[in-house]
Amino acid sequence: MDYKMILTQEEQDILNGSKGEAMAKVMKTLVLYGEAFGATKMVPVESKMGHLVTSFGLKVMKPVYDLMDQLIAGGALSEQKFSVDPKPLDPKVPANFLQKLIFNKFMYSMQDSYDAQLSKLGLIDDKSYTCTCYMDEVGNVPNKGEVLSWAESSAVVYANSVLGARCNRNSGILELFGSIVGRVPYFGLVTDEGRKATWIVEVKTTKKPEAQILGSAIGMKVMEDVPYIKGLDQWIGTELDGDTKAYLKDFGAATASNGAVGLYHIANLTPEAVEMGESLITEDAQVYVVDDAELERVQANYPVMWKDKNATPKLCFVGCPHLSHAQLIEWTDKVADGLKKNGLKKVSVPTVFTAAPAVVEEFNKTPYAEKLKATGVILSYICPLMYMNNPLCKKMPVITNSNKLRTYTTARYYKSDEILDIITKEAK
Amino acid sequence: MKQFKGRPVVAGTCTAEALVSHGGFNTLASFQNALQFGDKTAKCGDQNNADLYGKPMVNTALCLPQTIGSTTGGMVLYCANVMKRNPTCMLFSEHIDSLAAAGAVLAAVWADEPMVTIDCLGQEFLDYVKDGMKITVSEDGTVTVE
Repeated sequence: MDYKMILTQEEQDILNGSKGEAMAKVMKTLVLYGEAFGATKMVPVESKMGHLVTSFGLKVMKPVYDLMDQLIAGGALSEQKFSVDPKPLDPKVPANFLQKLIFNKFMYSMQDSYDAQLSKLGLIDDKSYTCTCYMDEVGNVPNKGEVLSWAESSAVVYANSVLGARCNRNSGILELFGSIVGRVPYFGLVTDEGRKATWIVEVKTTKKPEAQILGSAIGMKVMEDVPYIKGLDQWIGTELDGDTKAYLKDFGAATASNGAVGLYHIANLTPEAVEMGESLITEDAQVYVVDDAELERVQANYPVMWKDKNATPKLCFVGCPHLSHAQLIEWTDKVADGLKKNGLKKVSVPTVFTAAPAVVEEFNKTPYAEKLKATGVILSYICPLMYMNNPLCKKMPVITNSNKLRTYTTARYYKSDEILDIITKEAK
Repeated sequence: MKQFKGRPVVAGTCTAEALVSHGGFNTLASFQNALQFGDKTAKCGDQNNADLYGKPMVNTALCLPQTIGSTTGGMVLYCANVMKRNPTCMLFSEHIDSLAAAGAVLAAVWADEPMVTIDCLGQEFLDYVKDGMKITVSEDGTVTVE
């Protein structure tokens, strides 16, 4: 078969089978994938570590496990260690007998064997299950300009936008393939041209916009394009400190799940916007104005998927994507203060905060851990999305402040302040 | 009858009834229930997609602008393909996106039956085609709608 892409001798040899059939198929997949986007060459993966999106041992994903077995048997293992998205199960998270039976015996019955496959392929360690691998506590933090082979939409958009790394919105499996051969096709967000903004978003709100709704509005509007956002720095500042990074984590996850954004620039804040300013914007860029009314319109259009729209919430998830250490502390204080104000000792809705295992470990060393425990909130490393992804949870009235969780499940979205209000007041 | 010329991402020939999404097709949200819970017709589970929600996707010619959402998208398409719960073909009005391309290429290299995938058919194609119309795809990427 003839390929248009110019390959090095080593790449051509791999394609011809010098490292076995499995490696040849991995290389062929990457070449065909790149050619779909006019890539003319492959470039080396430069980050120290990779990140995979597929962490769940779902029984029905047998085609993926079969493919992984072919890779392992053919010696096609990852050249770099990698982290992976959160686990779908945690015994600490409330589940009734039937749910536990379905989770463990049917849905995720392949979890242990899949975890073993990941270890063989190159998983860093047992604590590396999180969608926020870029947290300092986790340690998979790429440097500016490094080419990555990652998946997980929220991690990719964060790495590109906040850290200035270079990564396409790779699919699950493809990201592993890039880590295996140590190369990715050169196109899209890996190139200078692909990082130019084709949308200008003008934020003209009268108060700091809710990250999850602003991200949702922009994602739905620009889809997979790159937006250059003006006016947001007046609300979140011009320093990439902990609070701002946490805001951008949640904002980016919403742009990526409600649309397909892989990179955004924020004037005076994100690294490339600071360096290059409006030269990042293409001449024919479209304009989208976001004001208070637009955010209200967007939120009002979220469908409520509960059978009984007035049901009392039975579960609340906060932390999709996983919370940062600072966010955990902030939520702990707010929940404790809210309960005190309302004369309660424990949250009125079973509530789960989620964070990376390494972040949870650090948090548990602080006095806040006991303070949070006293409120009745459960702290977990689980993936709320995977937890919700079954018919039993579908019928449960679950609330969340995550637009990503809302998009993929029947969880009902509320702003963070509204969530706080619901869980710290007497249940109706 | 009208013909549209696209670019074969995965070339092939097929005939199927059109199923049309005018907005971005969220692959994970659309397929997750079908793959997990034995729905062999693969009814679309994406609550945000008013065009497709609840409609069977198997054996259709899925007409769409692009796919959106989770980066599990390509893997989900690959699984749908191996499990025979995929559309007969995917016809993109715009340039294919990275997730859908991954799914199409994975199926082409690693699965037994590749899924015909054509992109760059143009907005006029998406404006013209309606649910239930007969779609015929030729090897060179020509799509006939009648």
